[in-house]
Amino acid sequence: MIKAILIFNNHGKPRLSKFYEHYNEDIEQQIIRETFHLVSKRDENVCNFLEGGLLIGGSDNKLIYRHYATLYFVFCVDSAESELGILDLIQVFVETLDKCFENVCELDLIFHVDKVHHILAEMVMGGMVLETNMNEIITQVDAQVKMERSEAGIAGAPARAVSAVKNMNLPEMPKNINIGDISIKVNLLLQRL
Amino acid sequence: MPAVSKGDGMRGLAVFISDIRNCKSKEAEIKRINKELANIRSKFKGDKALDGYSKKKYVCKLLFIFLLGHDIDFGHMEAVNLLSSNKYTEKQIGYLFISVLVNSNSELIRLINNAIKNDLSSRNPTFMCLALHCIANVGSREMAEAFAGEIPRILVAGDTMDSVKQSAALCLLRLYKTSPDLVLMGEWTSRVVHLLNDQHMGVVTAAISLITCLSQKNPDEFKTCVSLAVSRLSRIVSSASTDLQDYTYYFVPAPWLSCKLLRLLQCYPPPEDGAVKGRLVECLETILNKAQEPPKSKKVQHSNAKNAILFEAIALIIHYDSEPNLLVRACNQLGQFLQHRETNLRYLALESMCTLASSEFSHEAVKTHIETVINALKTERDVSVRQRAADLLYAMCDRSNAKQIVAEMLSYLETADYSIREEMVLKVAILAEKYAVDYSWYVDTILNLIRIAGDYVSEEVWYRVIQIVINRDDVQGYAAKTVFEALQAPACHENMVKVGGYILGEFGNLIAGDPRSSPLVQFNLLHSKFHLCSVPTRALLLSAYIKFINLFPETKSTIQEVLRCDSQIRNSDVELQQRAVEYLKLSSIASTDVLATVLEEMPPFPERESSILAKLKKKKGPGAVSAGELEEGKREGGEVNGWEVNQQKSEPSQENASSLTTSPSPTPTAMHLSLTSFFFPSSLSQSTPSPSADLLGLRSAAPVSAAPVSAGSLLVDVFSEAGPAASTAGVNDDGFLRFVCKNNGVLFENQLLQIGIKSEYRQNLGRMYLFYGNKTSVQFVSFSTTLKPVDPLVEGGAQVQQVINIECLSDFSDAPLLNIKFRYGGALQNLSLKLPVTINKFFQPTEMSSHDFFQRWKQLSQPQQEAQKIFKANHPMDTEVLKAKLLGLGTALLDNVDPNPENFVCAGVIQTKAQQIGCLLRLEPNAQAQMYRLTLRSSKDTVAKRLCELLSEQF
Repeated sequence: MIKAILIFNNHGKPRLSKFYEHYNEDIEQQIIRETFHLVSKRDENVCNFLEGGLLIGGSDNKLIYRHYATLYFVFCVDSAESELGILDLIQVFVETLDKCFENVCELDLIFHVDKVHHILAEMVMGGMVLETNMNEIITQVDAQVKMERSEAGIAGAPARAVSAVKNMNLPEMPKNINIGDISIKVNLLLQRL
Repeated sequence: MPAVSKGDGMRGLAVFISDIRNCKSKEAEIKRINKELANIRSKFKGDKALDGYSKKKYVCKLLFIFLLGHDIDFGHMEAVNLLSSNKYTEKQIGYLFISVLVNSNSELIRLINNAIKNDLSSRNPTFMCLALHCIANVGSREMAEAFAGEIPRILVAGDTMDSVKQSAALCLLRLYKTSPDLVLMGEWTSRVVHLLNDQHMGVVTAAISLITCLSQKNPDEFKTCVSLAVSRLSRIVSSASTDLQDYTYYFVPAPWLSCKLLRLLQCYPPPEDGAVKGRLVECLETILNKAQEPPKSKKVQHSNAKNAILFEAIALIIHYDSEPNLLVRACNQLGQFLQHRETNLRYLALESMCTLASSEFSHEAVKTHIETVINALKTERDVSVRQRAADLLYAMCDRSNAKQIVAEMLSYLETADYSIREEMVLKVAILAEKYAVDYSWYVDTILNLIRIAGDYVSEEVWYRVIQIVINRDDVQGYAAKTVFEALQAPACHENMVKVGGYILGEFGNLIAGDPRSSPLVQFNLLHSKFHLCSVPTRALLLSAYIKFINLFPETKSTIQEVLRCDSQIRNSDVELQQRAVEYLKLSSIASTDVLATVLEEMPPFPERESSILAKLKKKKGPGAVSAGELEEGKREGGEVNGWEVNQQKSEPSQENASSLTTSPSPTPTAMHLSLTSFFFPSSLSQSTPSPSADLLGLRSAAPVSAAPVSAGSLLVDVFSEAGPAASTAGVNDDGFLRFVCKNNGVLFENQLLQIGIKSEYRQNLGRMYLFYGNKTSVQFVSFSTTLKPVDPLVEGGAQVQQVINIECLSDFSDAPLLNIKFRYGGALQNLSLKLPVTINKFFQPTEMSSHDFFQRWKQLSQPQQEAQKIFKANHPMDTEVLKAKLLGLGTALLDNVDPNPENFVCAGVIQTKAQQIGCLLRLEPNAQAQMYRLTLRSSKDTVAKRLCELLSEQF
């Protein structure tokens, strides 16, 4: 079972936290900090698994994580999950985000927390995996967007028919946009794929 | 165009988030947030009704604030209102808020349930999915009560959309996990199992999680899933399948589902049906073959997905542990991974090999990789991987390679990461002891351990080395020599000083012949460390000094000089001061004979399982070891340390201490008191009457003497004066434990007295007959017990009887104590025994079916409700004897409950006046390893723990 899914940036700022077991709110914040502390001190190129922090079950649980550009994606799982399987799942999640947000970056996660939750909900439910097929997930998300648009009164723009892989082969090219203090927009996937 | 529209979101929300991000300091951020919270609060409280859009916007802001780590204590009502909106986006935000900020407020739960009910019956698949998600996320009991009946219907209904089916499966799983008693699968079982055949792979993906969980709990009812899972797997693996849809991930067909199918099969033994088994073996072979094929893509995702399946297949092969051919192939495959350039694969290979090492078919094959694993331990950059390598070395260790592995682990310790040092130390200590053929190697290893990683050597480890040295006289001389050499190092770890002090104090004489380690050299060496040590170590060294006076009379004057100096005899620490004063006095007034007896070599310690093992289990996680085991570890530790701990137990009374401080030469009376308190514990641990005889001499020398006592009874007498209750009770521990599974027998016997017991129990009441037999020909006078009055005269050879009634008011752990006093030949005898009244005496056996048993078992699934212990068999593992003992325990022995006929399960209810406590028991013998695993679950945690403690001593 997946106990929690955490996304935070290189400075430990949480960008998404989803717990599938109930913890007190303070404990949840402590878990995020502890997890960041555990994960962030690890070098690149070491393995993607480590024993969970004390708060979230110690050695009975594993943290499985991937570092994409500015963000860490951490899944805390129990021994019933396949480590490599979860790594694939993280990849599916990020690729899905990338398609839904068109080159996803940290800012998308900040300004659209609700959407990220909705996308995640199409993949994982109550700590178990609901769907792993990216096309299926995107179809569901598209359907949501369609409804959203029709409710917003905008003439429903046709939902994407094809979910072709976009910009995957572009050279590494950071995009700069300026919102407030904003730093550089770096596509998460370009760093990894 | 992106699927998620960025522009047409909520402007107010974007502005607020930008504001927060622009805050220059934490204070500014908090200020901005508080302003926003006040704003939202006033909007929610305002008279003007908010429209759906505003509500959605504010709820979204609250979610964002919550993510930043701030408490949100309002807005729930608005979120619930959004649930009943018929606009999708509003409903969606409402559900999201409820899922993220779960609130157990029952008032709200009812409203939420209402909204969910409406959405479930709406027949709008999107709304249904939202509602199912909400149930799966909150998963409260109220929700289970409301929906547990409805959801299986949705799951198996023919007209349900696939996406809804997926959600329903996982929703049901969640409810089953939180409230298994409310989810009744009965009629649905076969239709749920057949979801494995569903055309839509997404449905299968979701359903398999549900089926796996249900199979673990009710293996028999879900047995049919095995053949379905095998055929599904076979279709995926052989790629003959046309129903893969888009489930191919980086050229690997349905990796996630394959992994889950292989996991499901791990819930069962190998299929009995030959055809199914053949097909499965074929699948496993294909998977192993594919690993050797060149990759279809260079992308890491491709190899990840492929290997995810491979590792699960290997896990299944290890689980079956019956196909030597496959096991060896699996082992070879893992061997390849050990040197793979992907760190993840090396990590997983080491982890899988650890389980493989315990299989008899592959243990040897695993051992061939020892060099690679040692290399991994030395050269891996990643601490997680090094940890796995250490685990594997530990698992593959046996007599043939123990020396090599222990040496490698020791040398690794010098540079090991701090985070794993303590665990490594324990592992080295355990392996060294377990595979020690010659004990000098063992002593060397442990002393090296202390030298290299002294800070991480826990007390258990150094207690244990002393225990072993004391018990084996062939290694004592060597130990003394080695420890003497180790102490020569200019900087010595304090643990080394402790071991050194103890061993030289006992066996320094064995090396005293060599002029380089003459008594005075030994003493000076020890004393040179004295001032750098903590108080407990110094106390131990003082005891070593007094032992030296006995071993080497020539050191007497030097040591007395040291004891006499102000820093000892006027030390501000009471313990040190008292030892200095007492030892000084003892050395000056006692004759050599007395000294020799008082300071005699420590007797051998009772052989026990190492307490280090318990410590390691504790380190490895709370699930790995029961509290009972830990407690035992502690008790044993104290015993090993007898030399020191027991002495410390004789704390001087405040009065006594102050009188010592004021007058350095105490009055004879004070001397007598404190000396006796010093000696009693040591004679206790000797548990033979011999030293007491000389104690008598000392006592009669004291002016204020106790009544004269005869030699034979001294041991008993000792208890009357100073014996701390804990040690006294130890006297009949064995006798006491014999009564856990039986009601009649002899509780205690010595040269004077025999105590027999007959008892019977019904409900929470019991009656016990105690028979006191005088074994001598002389009468006992002033005979009394703490239970109730008896005839004070017991004639020689006569027996008196006592009847007591027992009522169990509430559960308990400590047995009642029985104190017996009498005079024999003028000497006062005092006995303290544990009455064999244990909590299990109040068991009422409960018969139940397999189904009921597992249902109840699952209900008691909180970690504290379970106590588990793994222990070595102390008696031959005879099934009939085991059965008799389990029946004697008072529980019902249930047949045909456990899928493994070797195991025993029992059920019973403990009757106390206050309540009834249900208990379930499972005992799993492993004849090959001569070990048992005992698991107890009880509605009351203390009861499970206590029963586990009691029972683990019985088999």
